[in-house]
Parts: sequence; structure tokens; C-alpha cells
Amino acid sequence: MECLIGIRGKDFVLLASDSVAGRSVVAMKKDHDKMFQLSSKLLMAVSGEGGDTVQFAEYIAKNIQLYRMRNGYDLSTKAAASFTRRNLADYLRSSTPYMVNLLIGGHDDNDGADLYYMDYLGSMVNLPFAVHGYGSFFTLSIMDRYYKEDMTKEQTLALLQRCIDEIHERFIVNLNSFKVKIIDKDGIHVLKDIRPTTKPPVEAEGTQQQQQLMDTA
Amino acid sequence: MNGDADKLLAYNGGAVVAMAGKQCVALASDMRFGRDQFQTVSSQFPKLYCLGPRLYLGLTGLISDIQTVSETMQYHVNLYELNERRQVKPHVFTSMLSNHLYAKRFGPFYVESIVAGLQPKTYEPYLASLDILGGTTVSKNFSVTGTCKAQLYGMCEPLWKTDLDSMNLFEVLSQALLNAVDRDALSGWGATVCIIEPDRVTLRTLKARMD
Repeated sequence: MECLIGIRGKDFVLLASDSVAGRSVVAMKKDHDKMFQLSSKLLMAVSGEGGDTVQFAEYIAKNIQLYRMRNGYDLSTKAAASFTRRNLADYLRSSTPYMVNLLIGGHDDNDGADLYYMDYLGSMVNLPFAVHGYGSFFTLSIMDRYYKEDMTKEQTLALLQRCIDEIHERFIVNLNSFKVKIIDKDGIHVLKDIRPTTKPPVEAEGTQQQQQLMDTA
Repeated sequence: MNGDADKLLAYNGGAVVAMAGKQCVALASDMRFGRDQFQTVSSQFPKLYCLGPRLYLGLTGLISDIQTVSETMQYHVNLYELNERRQVKPHVFTSMLSNHLYAKRFGPFYVESIVAGLQPKTYEPYLASLDILGGTTVSKNFSVTGTCKAQLYGMCEPLWKTDLDSMNLFEVLSQALLNAVDRDALSGWGATVCIIEPDRVTLRTLKARMD
């Protein structure tokens, strides 16, 4: 039921995740942050099995930090994503596989901004935009239509707003707030939560007439 | 024991085909990365990996395993070339890959591979295909693998001729791949072809049906 969205813009990556923490049919928390900071310019959004998400994300984050401590510099986005992928793939055939789907967004000096999509089997691909969860059925075609290379932050946020509006319109589960973060050359920036645009209630034809009739009767 | 094998090999979709010509060999793959069979994640996922100046590996099956196997084989080739101080021959690489796959006999990697290369010095074409357990078949004409294996056989058999030169081989291979993947829902979404000749390797992207 969780939705993760990633969009690559001009020299930045935008990651958005819904903020509902749910168990079965209950929404336990409505302002939950599903993104984990791996390093100063690396962010990972996780969804999947409860517990596995946090455990795996923290394990990867700590190892990325260890590399930094040992070598004095950060891993590139591609290297960090490959490391994460190899861990997921290795654990897949162990007795304790991690059922997590991820989006990794990062910025480094050599390759600029990069977005990596990874599923729980350990398949990874670099994409201009990516979505995990049921939300993908509603939003990927919108992104195919409206995405352009090198969009500005405003354009990317507008595209994200379109996607969230569509999810709100057609997805049966109520995901009415998304946490949004941007990674660029200056680091990770937390933006305001994004909610679906409120639309005026649609009144059915003849409702007013019916109401008048009922009042006089 | 491996009743799931067919299902897992078709989970992500994909197709790879290779053909031998006169002193050249060509390898082509589709570009689709699918998920759960009916969703398409990416149309920029070629399944060809360069492991040496005249040695290419094409892999189909579960993409996670494709990535793991290609990375591991790159590691083995790098180590071989550092230790032996010479390039690995295609048939030696095929043995290495076969051994690596059979090592997981009771929990295999869900990949079906094609090794395409030119023998050093003679530049004779070498084509081999391997199943998920590393069972190897060396071919003289063409090798096919993927979710549209049957369609690829149907295209390759009538089109292939002996001693095709590199231009004609490219045409024949491209037509074989494009028409085969158009009859398979899980393959396609782009195509890439690699022609390996003694003095050069040419990578081309084909204009394909994006559905």
C-alpha cells in the first residue's frame, strides 16, 4: 500500500514517499518518514516488509558511513547503489531475505544527480523517474507523458503534484500526505509535505431540484 | 525440484540471440526490464556485457541474477587476466561460467547465457549457450535464449546462411530479433546489436516497436 516516487531533474533528484505507517487495515501513524540518509548526498526511500525496511536501511547506512570513516571520502551514488544491490541479492538466497523495495537518489561530482530503482529481488536500474507500489499503476503513464530531461525544481514539483492528485483520485487507499526531499550538489533538503490538491465538491445534476422537492413535500 | 524455474526465468522477460559469420560474430538483445510479468519498469536495459575486447556475454532470465552473474564473471575474468597476464579465450570463459553456474546446482541462478566471441589469433567465431545449471552447447550457426526462444529459432533457421559478412550478418540478426520479440509480450521495448570483428566492435541500437 506504500508509494515511493523518484524524479531526476536538472542536477538534482527528488524523492517522495507517502507518510502512512500502516499495519493490516490500521493507519498507525500519518507523518512517518520512509527515507533514510545514507550520507551527506545520498538518500534512500524504502518500502516493504515491516521491520525489514528499517533494519536493512540502517545496515546499509552504517556501512556507507564506515566506508567514509575508513577511506575519508563518500562512495559515489553508483557504488553505493551497487553495494546495496549486492547485499539484497546475497540475502535473497539466505534464510533471512529482506523484502524491501528501494529508491536511491544521490548526487556526486563525477556523475551529477542519479536515481536508482531497486526491487526486493535485487534488480537495479538507473532511471529518470521511478515509482514503487500500487501508485506506480496510476503515475508511471503520467510521468511518461509529462516528464522532460533537465526540469527545474518547480517543474518537478508540479509533476509530482499531478501524480499525487491522481493517486488520491483513483487509489482506494487514502494516501493524503507525502514527505518530499531533494538531493542536489548542496546536500539533502527537506521540503514541505505535499498533499493532494483540494477540489470543490462535485454536485450531481438535479441535486438542487431534488432537494427543493424534498423540502416542500 | 525446479518447477519454479520457468516462472522465474519469465518474471522479468527478455531475449538474446547470437549468430556466427565469416570471421565475425554478432549478439543482440532486447531492452525491456519488466516486473511481475505485465509491468514495464525500463526500456533501457540491454542484456549484453563486454568481458573482453572480443568476448561478449548475453544473459536472459531473472534480472537480479543477470546482474550478479555478470558482475561475478567480470571479477573472475579480471583476476584471470591479472594472474595469467593474457586475455581469456572464449571457450575457457565458457568453462568458468559453466562451473560457476553448476556450483549452485541445488539453488541455481535463474539465467540462461550466451557467450559470443572470436578466438584469439585465428579470429574464428565462437558461440556457446548455457542453461541455468551450466549445461553448455557450442554452436556453429546461431544461439538463442529468452522468453521468445521458440520464435527466435523460427526466425534464425531460415534466415541464417554460412559465411555471412558483418553487414549482412547485422541485417539478418536484427530481423531475427525484431520479428521474434514482436510475437512475445515480455520481450522487446527496444533492441541493441553488437557486431564483433577482428579489428572492431560496433554497438547499434535498433528502431523497434515500443510495446
